Amino acid sequence: CFYFRLTLSNNTSLFLQQAKYISTCIDEIKQELKQDNIAVKANAVCKLTYLQMLGYDVSWAAFNIVEVMSSSKFTYKRIGYLAASQCFHEGTDVIMLTTNQIRKDLSSPNQYDTGVALTGLSCFVTPDLARDLANDIMTLMSHTKPYIRKKAVLIMYKVFLKYPESLRPAFPRLKEKLEDPDPGVQSAAVNVICELARRNPKNYLSLAPLFFKLMTSSTNNWVLIKIIKLFGALTPLEPRLGKKLIEPLTNLIHSTSAMSLLYECVNTVIAVLISLSSGMPNHSASIQLCVQKLRILIEDSDQNLKYLGLLAMSKILKTHPKSVQSHKDLILQCLDDKDESIRLRALDLLYGMVSKKNLMEIVKKLMLHVDKAEGTTYRDELLTKIIDICSQSNYQYITNFEWYISILVELTRLEGTRHGHLIASQMLDVAIRVKAIRGFAVAQMATLLDNAHLLTGNTQRNGICEVLYAAAWICGEFSEHLEDPMQTLEAMLRPKVATLPGHIQAVYVQNAAKLFATVLQKHEGETDSQVAQETSQLLIERLPLFVQSANLEVQERASCIIQLVKYIQKLQQKNVEVADEVTALFAGELNPVAPKAQKKVPIPEGLDLDAWINEPPSESESEDEKPKSKAVFAKEEPKHSRRHTEVDEKELARRREVRKQEQANNPFYIKASPSSQKVFDAPGVEHIPVVQIDLSVPLKVPGMPMSDQYVKLEEERRQKDKADKKKKDKKKKREKRGKGRKADSGPESEEDITPAQQVDIVTEEMPENALPSDDDDKDPNDPHKALDIDLDKPLADSEKLPVRTHRPEVLKSPAEDRENESIPQESKKKSSKEKKEKKKDKEKDRKRSKEEKKKKKKHKEVEEELMESQPEEAVQSEDTKEMAVPPTSAEASDLDFWLSSAPVPPAAQVRSLTLSPPPLLIPLSVCRVVNERLFCISPSGLSRFLTSLCLFSLLFTGLAHFCLFAYACFS
Amino acid sequence: MKGHDSSDLARERDASVHVTGLLTSAFTAISHKAHARGNECNINFKMQFMLLFSRQGKLRLQKWYVPLSDVQKKKISREVIQMVLARKPKMCSFLEWRDLKIVYKRYASLYFCCAVEDQENELITLEIIHRYVELLDKYFGSVCELDIIFNFEKAYYILDEFILGGEAQETSKKNVLKAIEQADMLQEEAETPRSVLEEIGLT
Repeated sequence: CFYFRLTLSNNTSLFLQQAKYISTCIDEIKQELKQDNIAVKANAVCKLTYLQMLGYDVSWAAFNIVEVMSSSKFTYKRIGYLAASQCFHEGTDVIMLTTNQIRKDLSSPNQYDTGVALTGLSCFVTPDLARDLANDIMTLMSHTKPYIRKKAVLIMYKVFLKYPESLRPAFPRLKEKLEDPDPGVQSAAVNVICELARRNPKNYLSLAPLFFKLMTSSTNNWVLIKIIKLFGALTPLEPRLGKKLIEPLTNLIHSTSAMSLLYECVNTVIAVLISLSSGMPNHSASIQLCVQKLRILIEDSDQNLKYLGLLAMSKILKTHPKSVQSHKDLILQCLDDKDESIRLRALDLLYGMVSKKNLMEIVKKLMLHVDKAEGTTYRDELLTKIIDICSQSNYQYITNFEWYISILVELTRLEGTRHGHLIASQMLDVAIRVKAIRGFAVAQMATLLDNAHLLTGNTQRNGICEVLYAAAWICGEFSEHLEDPMQTLEAMLRPKVATLPGHIQAVYVQNAAKLFATVLQKHEGETDSQVAQETSQLLIERLPLFVQSANLEVQERASCIIQLVKYIQKLQQKNVEVADEVTALFAGELNPVAPKAQKKVPIPEGLDLDAWINEPPSESESEDEKPKSKAVFAKEEPKHSRRHTEVDEKELARRREVRKQEQANNPFYIKASPSSQKVFDAPGVEHIPVVQIDLSVPLKVPGMPMSDQYVKLEEERRQKDKADKKKKDKKKKREKRGKGRKADSGPESEEDITPAQQVDIVTEEMPENALPSDDDDKDPNDPHKALDIDLDKPLADSEKLPVRTHRPEVLKSPAEDRENESIPQESKKKSSKEKKEKKKDKEKDRKRSKEEKKKKKKHKEVEEELMESQPEEAVQSEDTKEMAVPPTSAEASDLDFWLSSAPVPPAAQVRSLTLSPPPLLIPLSVCRVVNERLFCISPSGLSRFLTSLCLFSLLFTGLAHFCLFAYACFS
Repeated sequence: MKGHDSSDLARERDASVHVTGLLTSAFTAISHKAHARGNECNINFKMQFMLLFSRQGKLRLQKWYVPLSDVQKKKISREVIQMVLARKPKMCSFLEWRDLKIVYKRYASLYFCCAVEDQENELITLEIIHRYVELLDKYFGSVCELDIIFNFEKAYYILDEFILGGEAQETSKKNVLKAIEQADMLQEEAETPRSVLEEIGLT
């Protein structure tokens, strides 16, 4: 049997057999396709569909598929459309041939023919098909059978995407379908409008009242989820909407039993609350409710719910960290889950869980996970998370930097991690910014350098060797803290170093020089200058290795330094004191600079960067310069200077964007850590005030995890602090503490914990009037951008969907033209009359709505609840009812009205919604879109509309005359 | 997050080539032939695609609601299949992949796998999958993998009645089955016994 043979196993011995079988099959199919019998053909096409799924190319049979599609028998048509929907794509050229066939099928009396055609079309619709068939599909939206209506409505979305011009003409009918008697059609319409609105929410704000009504009345969870999602997209644009939503949403959260709906509601409530930011006081209740519900999800045994609960929790964390923190126990528990994806989600949350009190504890736990973790992905994730957690908001939660340095050192033991540079930049950052820790850091780094061989097992690919970069620099820069600089120097000049990446070697060489300076300084005063001379000798022996380096930077630095050392050696032999002069080479302290600082230095007033400083050199001069300059750098230098002077700010910004984009897209681009960059920009160090640290911890032999004892030490220290502070109620407090730690709700507040060292974190420097820059860019290729269309504008004639005609529209017969002509003229008169009436109507609008209120007693339950809960807002509830009336009149203006029923915070009153002067109402019969449906436009829009009408009438009369003239000529 | 995923994927791909050996080799052979279109379409519909595949990683059914070239489809389905197969049984049904969410569920030997866009509700997607399985079950009467192989076109018809253009078009199971049955009846009326079925039965 054909299908069964194809499914045969993945056994390799069968593979050849199968390939052979398939090739004979394809031959067979080709034969069958050549026959005239449609049944045979259809069968062959069916087989091809199966082969296509298996991954075989069947594009050669595209025409045969079209043949089968156009069969009059439903059986074959079905197969044909299925094959087409699986095999065709936009590039398939035979699609052009199908237009008329599809149109025929769409208008077939048999609803299943139409259904099959619609289904197929949804898969392979092209811009051309969309344009040609848009009108037919739009007609189908009002088909008598809900089966067809439903499909037509759904497929309209695809048509809009491919042919955005169809959106405005089709939209009124689509909106009608929101109130279709058939729930399936209604839900389809909701689906489509929600999808549209989510992409371009601002154009759909006016529909909010209608959707609100649907939300409060619908019981279909699928529809509810869609609508709720839509409101989530609308609220950022209209904060008042959010206020209105909170209540029905919380009601739903309380009442629903469907987890999917609950989840959606919680998500939207979170989104709404985020967009409201600091709003009303009772929001904390909604947040609490969400967090509680999420806790239930997380506690559930279903992994899926657990995952989603954590996911939603992380959204709350961003704005309401406090409420999440109370569930720390639960989240820590999830760290031990079997499922890696759940653990990762829990890790995301940890970020907000830490405090000064529990940081060590949490990190300790994470370190245990690092040891246990299988697979580098998860381990790398853990690593970055540990660093993230510790370094967040300027190391806010770290009380003991010795502990942090030892954690970093422990992390270097990870094999095969890709985040060496991350650890390195942290080491540098801490050592530079926390002065008190430098002594300890230097000692640790020295051991690291001494044991470099442990880190560089397989040098080239191992990311961890980046750490040596930091270690070498720290040892060099803060070498006055070194106990035995000689030994470190020796470690840095081992032959093995030459196998490290170039940029690390360069740092080694440079810092060897710094160490050299320190050694000289230390030993020069002594009577015996043996040590100093030995050091010079060592450098002279070892540096030639680096002079031979293939890396330019290494080579250059090494040869520079070797000459220097040789000179110093000469001086030493003459017993000249050189130490001070050598140290002066690396004098000056480094200040940390914010990564963006350089970019943000404002241009001083009166400075024109584009202006020439000297007379611009003539063309010939610059050409002359070229051969003069040295070979290697000749090309680079003039280029650089040119660029800087010519390029203006905008251009620079643009280029920066482009470059960023490129870097982001380039997987090979490793972003330089800011701290490691600034290291080289700054000059050396002179006298750093050495802060005495009481090293109560002995330095550790590498290989032994040592951070743990800091946890104990910290504990002791804190207790001691405490005891010192409050001698009076000492006993009591201690008891409490002991209990509190276990329960994770110690009475001890954050402020009570004092950092171990009084570390001064030097904040990063920024230029004085630096501007905050926000780089916001939208994807220009987003297809939904084309659907960003104002739907409240009236429809112009030119926007009508193309209707199938035998001749192009311009050549209409005169009779038709006259008809067309007369309609607009009539309606024009009508409109001017009605304009006045409507104005009056509008004024009476409010009165009328009150009367209507009395008549209509079928109010939605939720609305009544609304009323009861807010008795003092009687006027508002009126409006809510008015909303419940089918939206026959201008909805856009109603939106303001409707929304204003919610208390408006002063900030929200400045809205982006502009519906300008009182809208006028004119009948839309002119646009022949929907009968009796009223449309709202602004006066300026009206005048534009009227002029366009006049133009059209002129055009048509002109055409008619022309046709008559032409007719006369021919006859 | 995404960065790790991709590297992980690469590793997994290497590891499990033998599983989908047949598919992969077939794909690579074709990828040279098929012409790739220049613009990568990033249109986001509710559901991007649905895949059914066996535990051995063999595709049993695929439905794409985004216009992609064959080469891209193959690449994506290969990646997704391998990723899902690598999951352990007790893990949750959701995966983040590129900027999509993969929602999958295993029924006996078959994996049902959907890719939805980032903002979509995972639970409702899971519900859609379950509905579809129920529909298949009702239609075939306790469905098994072989049913879907032999009657793959029927499985497609049911899917098409249930989901259109990435949106669930009919939430009532009864209505879907009714539509399918009526269409089937129409088919039988229109034609003498179905040749494809016949061939399956005979050969």
